[in-house]
Parts: sequence; C-alpha cells; structure tokens
Amino acid sequence: MSVKQISVFLENKPGMLNQLTAELAKSGVNMRALSLAETKDFGIARIIADDTLGAMNALKEAGFVASLTPVLAFEIPNEAGGLNKLLGIITDANVNVEYMYSCLSPRGNSEAVMIFRVANTQASESALQARGLWSLTQEEI
Amino acid sequence: MERYYQPEIECAPREEIVRMQNEKLVKQIRRVWDVVPYYRKKMQEKGVTPDDIKSIDDIHKLPFLSKADLREAYPYGLLAKPLKDCVRIQSTSGTTGKRVVAFYTQHDIDLWEECCARAIVAAGGTNEDVCQVSYGYGLFTGGPGLNGGSHKVGCLTVPTSSGNTERQIMFIMDLQATILCCTPSYAAYLGETMKEMGYGPDDIPLKAGIFGAEAWSEEMRRDIEKTLGIKAYDIYGLTEISGPGVSFECSEQHGMHINEDHFYAEIIDPDTGEVLPEGQQGELVFTCLDKEAFPMIRYRTRDICVLTREKCSCGRTHVRMRKPQGRTDDMLIIRGVNVFPSQIETVLLNQGYAPNYQIVVDRVNNTDTLEVLVEMTPEMFTDNLGDIADRQAKLGAGLLSMLGIKAKVSLVAPKSITRSEGKAVRVIDRRKI
Repeated sequence: MSVKQISVFLENKPGMLNQLTAELAKSGVNMRALSLAETKDFGIARIIADDTLGAMNALKEAGFVASLTPVLAFEIPNEAGGLNKLLGIITDANVNVEYMYSCLSPRGNSEAVMIFRVANTQASESALQARGLWSLTQEEI
Repeated sequence: MERYYQPEIECAPREEIVRMQNEKLVKQIRRVWDVVPYYRKKMQEKGVTPDDIKSIDDIHKLPFLSKADLREAYPYGLLAKPLKDCVRIQSTSGTTGKRVVAFYTQHDIDLWEECCARAIVAAGGTNEDVCQVSYGYGLFTGGPGLNGGSHKVGCLTVPTSSGNTERQIMFIMDLQATILCCTPSYAAYLGETMKEMGYGPDDIPLKAGIFGAEAWSEEMRRDIEKTLGIKAYDIYGLTEISGPGVSFECSEQHGMHINEDHFYAEIIDPDTGEVLPEGQQGELVFTCLDKEAFPMIRYRTRDICVLTREKCSCGRTHVRMRKPQGRTDDMLIIRGVNVFPSQIETVLLNQGYAPNYQIVVDRVNNTDTLEVLVEMTPEMFTDNLGDIADRQAKLGAGLLSMLGIKAKVSLVAPKSITRSEGKAVRVIDRRKI
C-alpha cells in the first residue's frame, strides 16, 4: 500500500516555504513529514499530511502548483542497522531509490518511519513485506 | 589631418551626390520593376511605374517595404539577380522565428566592404594598422563586414571573432593591435578585464575602436575611451541594407555619415508615412541605390532618428544621422543580436508552455544578460527534479537556436510575474544606456 505524498513547486526566494506552511496552518492541516529538495533556482517540498485532500485544495487555491506522488512508508527499528536492513532488501530486488526521508512512527513506539520513492513501487513493497517489514497505509500514517 | 578612403565620393559637392543619386535611382527602379515581380506588384498597387521616377525627388511616390514584406517574400521573393550571380548570404534573427536572409553579388560585397573601409579610414586606419575584428563572424554581418573593410584598407586583419576574452587580450598585446572592432558592450568588458589584469591605457596599443550593432551612450563612450586609451567611433548598419557601414562616425564624433552614394536615407512620420523635413525626428527609411541582389527600396528600419545635411568640419559632404533614439517596435538588441519577445513566445508555445513569461535584460560587467522567467504550471510540474531540469535545459536550447544567443531560463512561482492593469509586463530592461 503506497502513501500519497504532496509535492509542491517552490520558487527559490525568501518566504516561499513560509507561505506554504501558512496556507496549511490556516486550513488546519498537520504535516506528518516534510522534505525539501532544491536546485539552484527552484525547489520541491514533499509533504505527508494528515488530510491530503484538504491540503491539496488549500494549496491549489492559494496558487501553488502541487501534485500527488505515490511513495512507500515503512517502519524500521530505531537502532543501528535499521535502515541498512531495509536498503539491503531493496538492493536485492534491484530497485533504484529516487529519494528518501523519515519521520517518527505514528504508533508512538519510538520506531522510525522511512518514506521513499523508488522506481518500482510494487516490487519493492512485496520484497520488503516478504521479509517482515511493516508498511504503513495512508490512514496509519 | 582628416583622411578619407574615397575622397572623391565622400567629399563630393552636394550637387554631384544628388546627380549620382538621380541616375542610380532611375536605373534601380526600372530594374526591380523588370526583374522582381514582388516590387512590380507593390508599385502597381500604388499606381506608380518606372516612368514616374525621374529623379531622387520622386522617391516619395514609391511604396514602402517593411519587415512584413521580407517575411512574406522569404527567401527569394525580393531577389533581383539570378542565384548564379549571388556569392553570399548574411542573416539576422527575425520576428516570429523567420530570419531575414540577405543576398549579395560580388559587386554588393565590394560596395559593402568599401563602406566599412571608409569607416576604418575615418577612424584613422591605414595599411600600417593592425585591426582586430572581435565581432562575430558567420551569418552575423559584423565580422565579415569589418573584416572585408580592413582588408580593403590594407590593415593586418586579426579575425578573432567574438568571445574568448583572454585570447582577445593576448592578440591585442602580442600583435600590438591598433584598431578594435566589436560591440560597445564587449569593448567595455575587454577594457575592464584588461584593467583588472593591470594594463593601463598607456600600456594598451589600441588607438581607435569601431563599435556598433547595439545602443550605447556618450557616457559609455567616454568610459571605453578612458580605459582603453582610444578614440571610440560609432558605426551603424543593418543586414537588410548590407551590414555595418551604412553610416559611420568621423573624427568629429558628431553624427554618422550615411554612405548616400549607395544608401539614400529619408525620415518619415511612422504613422502617416509622410516624408519629414530635414532636422525633424522620425523613422529612418533606406533605399539601396546600386545594390544588385537584394536592393531594398524604401525599407522602413523602425529606427527613430534625425538627419542633417549641415556641413561637417571633417570635410565629408554626406548626410549625417544622429544615433537612433529607439525603435518603433519592441525589438531588443542584446549583445548585438536582435531579439523579439514574439520569438521567445514562439519557443514557449512550441514546447507546450503557457505564454506566461517575462524577459529580463541586464548588463553585468558591461555584458548584456538575458533571462527568461517562466511561470510553473501544473502541466509542467513533476515530482522529479531531474525531469524539470531537463525541461529547463530543453527550453534553454530552444531559445538559443531561435535567438542565436544564450538565455538563462528561470522557473518562477505561478502568477508571480508582475502584471500591470491585468497585462503582464513582458520586458524588463535594466540596462542603463
């Protein structure tokens, strides 16, 4: 089960991210996870929100260009080698990781959640689940 | 002591010039009527025949030719000589992506190069000089024109073309170049660079510069003259008429003498087309009196300027034009290249963008910069930085091939481009000229 990530275009100038968070705050959207990717003159904010639809509507109305991207969310043990194990499985499946970021597990168990985009979502997901890793659904996260 | 390349022509008495113009115009009009159906049709539409053209005073009876005609007749519609007699083309970027292609017979090349030679001699050039031509060579007329002129004068010609500043400076110093031909912004840039390298005006062997193909101010002239230790001369021209050397400055640096034995100039009211009396400001119109392959007749340049036939102390009798005060349309001259916003729009639309763009022209270190701001749209946006960067690069490549100069493409937030009264401001020119 993939999770819907909101990707937002941000021009690289002061105050752009602030405008984005202001819109989300105004509509009562809580961000579960956030990652920023940038080039020299623009960036992309990647967001997992508790209310994806509400967030999308608010952003579009405010004039942002945003789209939804399917990403995977897997819980990993909060200990040395936790991420390494996950990546080992993805490597064995011969899948390329495009980007990755993390947030706290919503279960309050002090475990970490890795959110990532891969070239082949389905193959990675089955491989990870087959090895007993815990994937999170949109509702869980 | 003023020197001339062709004193018998450049300093001819006014009546001799007019006699020459009468004779050439009558012949030229009869010829284009006979061999160019496009001209004949235009003349017929205006109810004029070659019999109505008895002297230069009748020129106002002839129809105008505009950039739109060039587009319509592209590429061969205005050709007045068989292709087998043509030996060269030169070209400029044109509106809506269609370039202006001008044809030359050997005669046309010779007269063009002679005009450039007159400019070089007026700037003090002799066969003892080393003339470095740092205008672009190729389709652009700057390099080939001055190169030919320099040969005619007998200068040792250094055809560096544009770019590679380090090498330019090396040649200036090692070969002791005395005359530099390039755009004024590049001259200023060379000057600044040489200053940074520790060369003062007395160390630099240059004595004169012939600068044109873009707008520049008196202030910029003084700056360049000071840093390079030279006298800087303005030169004017356009591909349609031949190239640089349509007019040039003499030692007086007070208006450019038009080579009116070849190019007859008029000033018209751009709205009514009426010919304006001497001294009044209006649109500059040229007629090629004796060019063979591509003889523009009453071609509207869209340059706004003033003519004077007042006697010049340099001894030349040819009419002078003031530096053009602007354009009647929205054309930009960036690094000596004509750029129209419509060309940029064409590239955007071709690549599937909305025409939400802004052109920012600036001058950084005395070199023109062109930036095209494009608003991000939902259609363009993907979550992948690489894909967006690829699209950006593709747009940059499209602009380069359309305009012939490099443009920086910047993606900006939607609806962020300044709009005044609902209309987008298309061009921001920050250059201080």
